[in-house]
Amino acid sequence: MKQFRKKPIFRRKLLDMSVRVFSLLTLCFALFCMGWILWATFSHGIKSINWDFLINPSKPWGLPRNGIANAILGSLLVTAGAAAISVPPAILGGIYLAEFGRNTRLGNYLRFGANIMMGIPSIITGLFIYAILVVPTGNFSGFAGSVALAVIMFPIILRTTEDILLMIPDSLRESSLALGMSRARATLKIICRAGRTGLVTGILLAVARAAGETAPLLFTAMWSDAWPTHYFTQPTANLPVLINEYATNSPYEGVHSMGWGAALLVTFAILGMNIFCRLIFKDPKHD
Amino acid sequence: MSMKKTIIGMLAGLVALSGVAQDSKPVLNGAGASFPAPVYRIWTYQYTEESGVRVNYQSLGSGAGINQIKAGTIAFGGTDNPLTKEDLDQSGLIQFPMLMGGVVVIANVPGINANDLKLNQEVLSKIFLGEITSWDDAQIKALNPTLALPKLNVTVVARSDSSGTTFIFTDYLTKISKDWESKVGRGPAVKWPVGIRAQKNPGVCTAVQKTRGAIGYTEYTYAIETNLPMPQLRNKDGKFLAPTSDAFKAAGANADWENAPGFYMMLTEQPGEKSWPIAGLTYVLLHRNQSNEALGKALLGYINWCFDKGGDSATKMHYVPMPENVVKMIRKEFENITFGKVEK
Amino acid sequence: MPVIRKHLIRPETIDRIFKVLTLAGVLPAMLLILGFFAQLGWNALPAFREFGVGFIFSTDWDPVMNSYGALPAIVGTLVTTFTALLIAVPLSFVTALFLVETRGWLGQVLSYGVDLLAAIPSIIYGLWGLFFLVPFMQLHVQPYLTWIPFFGKNYNGFGFATAGFILAVMILPFICAIMRDVFKMTPAILKEAAYGCGTTRWETTIDVTMRYGARGLLGGIFLGLGRAAGETMAVLFVIGNSPGIPKALFDSGTTISATLASNFAEADGMFRHVLFALGLILLLLSLGIQVLAQWWLNYSTRKVQGSK
Repeated sequence: MKQFRKKPIFRRKLLDMSVRVFSLLTLCFALFCMGWILWATFSHGIKSINWDFLINPSKPWGLPRNGIANAILGSLLVTAGAAAISVPPAILGGIYLAEFGRNTRLGNYLRFGANIMMGIPSIITGLFIYAILVVPTGNFSGFAGSVALAVIMFPIILRTTEDILLMIPDSLRESSLALGMSRARATLKIICRAGRTGLVTGILLAVARAAGETAPLLFTAMWSDAWPTHYFTQPTANLPVLINEYATNSPYEGVHSMGWGAALLVTFAILGMNIFCRLIFKDPKHD
Repeated sequence: MSMKKTIIGMLAGLVALSGVAQDSKPVLNGAGASFPAPVYRIWTYQYTEESGVRVNYQSLGSGAGINQIKAGTIAFGGTDNPLTKEDLDQSGLIQFPMLMGGVVVIANVPGINANDLKLNQEVLSKIFLGEITSWDDAQIKALNPTLALPKLNVTVVARSDSSGTTFIFTDYLTKISKDWESKVGRGPAVKWPVGIRAQKNPGVCTAVQKTRGAIGYTEYTYAIETNLPMPQLRNKDGKFLAPTSDAFKAAGANADWENAPGFYMMLTEQPGEKSWPIAGLTYVLLHRNQSNEALGKALLGYINWCFDKGGDSATKMHYVPMPENVVKMIRKEFENITFGKVEK
Repeated sequence: MPVIRKHLIRPETIDRIFKVLTLAGVLPAMLLILGFFAQLGWNALPAFREFGVGFIFSTDWDPVMNSYGALPAIVGTLVTTFTALLIAVPLSFVTALFLVETRGWLGQVLSYGVDLLAAIPSIIYGLWGLFFLVPFMQLHVQPYLTWIPFFGKNYNGFGFATAGFILAVMILPFICAIMRDVFKMTPAILKEAAYGCGTTRWETTIDVTMRYGARGLLGGIFLGLGRAAGETMAVLFVIGNSPGIPKALFDSGTTISATLASNFAEADGMFRHVLFALGLILLLLSLGIQVLAQWWLNYSTRKVQGSK
């Protein structure tokens, strides 16, 4: 054990106090940055938000009644599609890991693999889906975008499902088995129901994360001015790529404004979902 | 359970949407140069409204446009980087100019407004070569004795993507500077000696806007819309002039269209007192053989509409429509387009 | 009393089917990881065939001559990641300390606040960086810092300093969350014993908590590292995109993900294979970090649980 050097008590207390002050300053700094970002988004975006903006599709600049409705709808479709693709296997996997794979080799490999998947950069995911879905079919599509987002969402939902199910005490499992239920029935009807808030929260958080991703959509769904009617065969408008297009790929101040408006929508929707999830589900690990 | 129902419901809706909304009218997808994008987007919108044929144009850069038309993923490509006749023949494409416009230099120097700054060929090429690094350099001062030039680093802003605008600008630099010709050369993407890069024309404009002391190049409409000062340049005849669409038109007046295979033409450093030195043409690429007849006919319908009815929007956005005699030549070229599957 | 079988199918069979079903749901998805490598490798192969392994160390970037090298992008990725960590790790450390020590609802609210930083989409960070941070750095920060060695005299708001800063703000909540967990895992008895000896809070942290949770803390740092290395949108807007090796912090440069995002749409032929090769390098880099982090965290958790 390290010997404490004989320092005057005053100096030690000074060091302790300065670190405390520094921590407070750092915390304020982090919160200040967040405040700055949110304020910037809000102040630049709020001027574009009005009813017209929300229900009209995007048009070239200069034409009246310009809006982002097609991108909003497109984003909803692409994200919903991603959820539809990723949620069932992820929940099943989470159930496997929590119920059958707690200490097995296969379970550990799966867990390891999922954690690895979570670390893959989102642009690589987009590249991958581009190569296997866009190139062979010859067209960009909202579906390809959904698949890319699903790959991102899958390990998150897998991990949170496992965590939630593990938090449910084994006594619940044992008592249902004692009643003569099969494992399957016990898991689905009792355990999952007990943890349903947590499971839903996990899914919503993953959806929120995917909704804000831009890089995977750049080469898969791309973007368009049309309503998202050809989900499987044509580029599909979506909010993140629209923000990218409008804020950086147009010379008009008005278009920049619209981009910020879309950014405002996305940011507050995602933050709202996060806060909502936190309120309805208090994570005992984080308190 | 209700979550599952919602998901199933959404899926069904998705399938329904994509199934039901199959258009009976063709959809024409185009992509490419950002140079003409402002007016192309207006044209495609207007034409879609008028005729019911949906036309889309994505501004991705000339390089992307060329790739995609060659790959067959789009119906028409836009490029300011014209292909040579050999390339066209090899890829089975035809190419024709749609509009004339100008590439301008933009500069963000505090205290210098609009068209105050004068740059000649030598100084301009030295700046982009990285040999002049401060705005108060003696060579710039010599051209602008009355301006208060600050002591500020020069930041060159160039394009990071493959761009026809870059092609036109580097073609100009190659013509006016032997140094540039030997060190860098012309191309849609080159090894810029100094500076930062940005994506597409608007990216360059934003980067110049946000950086004090930045200088870049972009298409005229973008510079106007972003309110960036555009220095006057010295043309071949020795006159300093500010960019205007008349200056672009003057540059195109002497073009020799009779001897331009594939309509390949560069309008940089053209003679004429009123000619803008960095004028350029933007081209459209189509397949010589339109295997889908309905799509091909619809495409020609759109292109002809652009020539006939698009002139006003183009002029409003500071482009110059092609003169009548050239349009006649182009229409003659269209007679070479074949429809339907062809046995090779 | 005889057992009355009520089920048509035996419960054991149902369970077996259920187990297989859950596994079948997840296993194919996991095989995707192998698919990533295979597909990227397949598409990257022509680039390595053309340029050889020297591709990784070459600084060429000449689209006209079709000659490319990966070194600037790799160096750029490493520099931005390293800068981000340099800023974020000490800041997360003290923030996590503060949050753990703060009791009650205030601590909770502040923790949620910091966690929300992680929820902001990366493109928003990019926009904020381009529209606000770049001019701010150029006008109010960089002019006063050029005297520091390695910072550079040529500045324009874009570059590694700005990109590193934005990345630091982005990864701070992640590292902070893990550090908070690690601090909480330290058994109270150890801390109380130290207080009993008369140490201050800071001394306890350095000598007891940090030693105890060193492996967990390092794991958290690795996770932040992985996240920073792969970040695309936030870096793309502020890095300046010039394909050269940086000599100073204020220089512009590029990272692998920024190069991919800006060039992929119009790349063809060899250029496209080059970009896939870059993607493969990035994947290997971030996976290497992830594997290390996972192994480290597993090791540390087992050690901690073992000593309870």
